[in-house]
Amino acid sequence: MPDWASRWTGTRRLRWMWTFPLSPGATLAAVDPHLKRYAGRAAGMTASEIRALFAVASRPEVVSLAGGMPDVSVLDFDTVAAVAADVLASQGATMLQYGGGQGSAGLREMLTTVMEEEGISARPDDLVVTTGGQQALDLLARLFIDPGDVVVAEGPTYVGALSAFTQYQPSVVHVPMDADGMLPDALAETLDRLAAEGRPAKMIYTIPSHQNPAGVSLPLERRTRILEIAEHHDVMVIEDNPYGLLDFKHERRTPLVSLAPERVVYLGSLSKLFSPGMRTGWVLAPRSVRDKLVMLKEASDLSQSNVTQGIAEAWLRTQPWMDQVRAFAELYRERCDVMLGEIASTFPEGVSCAPPTGGMFAWVRVPDAIDVGAMLPKAINARVAYVPGRGFYAGGGGANEMRLNFSYAPADRIKEGIRRLGKLLRDELALIEAFGQGDA
Amino acid sequence: MDTLHIAVIAGGFSLEREVSLTSGGRVAAALEAVGHRVTVLDVDPQLIERLAALRPDVAYLALHGRTGEDGTVQSLLGLLGIPFTGPDARASSLAWDKGVTKALWDRGGITTPDWVSVPSDAIRDLGAARLLPSVVDRLGLPLVVKPAQGGGSMGVGYVRALEGLTDALIGAFRYHGVALVERQVVGTELAISIVDDEVLPAVEVDIVAHGPDDHYDFSARYTPGATTLHAPARLPQDVVETASKMAYAAYEGAGARHVTRVDLMVDEDGRPWLLELDTCPGMTETSLLPAAATAAGLTFQQVCERIVRSALR
Repeated sequence: MPDWASRWTGTRRLRWMWTFPLSPGATLAAVDPHLKRYAGRAAGMTASEIRALFAVASRPEVVSLAGGMPDVSVLDFDTVAAVAADVLASQGATMLQYGGGQGSAGLREMLTTVMEEEGISARPDDLVVTTGGQQALDLLARLFIDPGDVVVAEGPTYVGALSAFTQYQPSVVHVPMDADGMLPDALAETLDRLAAEGRPAKMIYTIPSHQNPAGVSLPLERRTRILEIAEHHDVMVIEDNPYGLLDFKHERRTPLVSLAPERVVYLGSLSKLFSPGMRTGWVLAPRSVRDKLVMLKEASDLSQSNVTQGIAEAWLRTQPWMDQVRAFAELYRERCDVMLGEIASTFPEGVSCAPPTGGMFAWVRVPDAIDVGAMLPKAINARVAYVPGRGFYAGGGGANEMRLNFSYAPADRIKEGIRRLGKLLRDELALIEAFGQGDA
Repeated sequence: MDTLHIAVIAGGFSLEREVSLTSGGRVAAALEAVGHRVTVLDVDPQLIERLAALRPDVAYLALHGRTGEDGTVQSLLGLLGIPFTGPDARASSLAWDKGVTKALWDRGGITTPDWVSVPSDAIRDLGAARLLPSVVDRLGLPLVVKPAQGGGSMGVGYVRALEGLTDALIGAFRYHGVALVERQVVGTELAISIVDDEVLPAVEVDIVAHGPDDHYDFSARYTPGATTLHAPARLPQDVVETASKMAYAAYEGAGARHVTRVDLMVDEDGRPWLLELDTCPGMTETSLLPAAATAAGLTFQQVCERIVRSALR
């Protein structure tokens, strides 16, 4: 009798749930029966620990600075309900029917008034309505990207744009930024280098105002310069502008499309100006591109929902929507100030954050030694969440950077979350330092 | 068959919340399908109040990770007088801490790979980082570094050289304040599940993408198709039998009951090395216990029913 068997004397007799001998090695169906059928692009779609961690981040105990949600709780729901009810009651037959691939003419007309606020003059016919800005990114990627094509984007850039592009297997090359956004000289160098390598960039993707995730905006001279560089290399520019009107100083920044309408494809969205639940975005594109986008939109989902288009149009037509946008901007500015103040007083030395010019996000860089992605489980256990920086770069980078959202949580929660995060960062640094002393 | 009112408790705020919700959802559906009345409860500040009001016949614990597996919920259910599935509070708390379990096994002669516990406090406050070379001298290489508490392979790091040990420890400390540095057993990964005091066929874990850096990590565990499970295991009958008996001894020794999974490695000489006890085993599509049940000829519904019935005995 082996040693362990004599010592672990139990009261229960071991019973087997099967009888010997079994035919060994039967392979079980933990294997996905569809495995051999997936397309090549599904290869990266695996279970991820970070995704699982975010399931905890949505719990009320956790202060989540991770999301990207506007605070729609400040909307007047009675008014929204009245607008929606009126639209359905007065135009039910239209609202409950299919629509056209380009989007409703009435909504497109109102979207041109939104663009007027930005300083863009466009005709309703130049627009294609999409299911949020995200579908616009998908349709543009489908239209322009062949596998291996080069897309140039700010580094870091919007993670959802990277996801949309990745489906079409491009190579994404980042251009660094500073507190004034993308560096034009670095862009020029990158485009030169790519051309010299024989793989010229096909498009530049940029969020010029209140960039997601960096929170910064391009000054006018950089906008002009970037367009000159794009012109020189004959590269198209995709201007993604969901946050433009959420400016903390109520400044109007010149959209790229107003400077070079034939070179720039412009993306707008009502998600942050009214409601992401409306899933209303749009593309303003040169005629030839617009025509193809309409065909792609029809192939993708036939048409945008008439119900949400109707409500969005009525909201813009009958309500002081710009007052609401100013109220959002003011609320986010206050919360951003609270966040930056708390960061200044509780984060360890060596942390930097360019003050956001507007929008919903602050981008924080912590000392190199800290890998914020790996630190996330510790943060969740300490009941605070953020988005680790890696996801905002294609192919590496951002290990010591994180995106913090200030549009959703109330100010006192933001304060508490930043305090928790500050303590974590200090603990992590102390531990790393202790290991360093050990090596000495 | 008498119909029971069963509270399936799943979710919670551990890092394995999502996995737990998947397990709980599947268990709830299975128990409903065999005719029971099922209420699914999350862990939150209202849990005790709701359990007291519901007074279910039995609670099925589908919780993974802290609070659910460390004996906390078990203790509270004991105070409420509600029968529940899985080991009681004391056995759960013993099994929850890998360092404690391994020490028990070691005393009892159950083979478990040699290890050293490293608390983060010792690194921070006592200058213990100086001793890392001694850890490698004692245990050799390669090493596995894991949080002393927690599941789902989260925070587990593999170390092939002394230089990698610091990063692996920092990684493990992000999940728990104490890390175990353990000699890595190279061989076949086995899971032996025990349901209602009966040992199920051993499941062999075979990771599809074989590379030096492919381990049975979170992604391999929960991506369907990333891992092939062989049940019964493809090892010689006598090896499986010894491993199974040793797993059962570990189960008994901890005072476990109803349902438990024992994870172990079988080295190239056919020797089993126990790694840990899981007192709330995963019940997802890719989990090991359901695979063992399939190999024993039990449907998922039958195994859930067996677990529940054993809790009421």
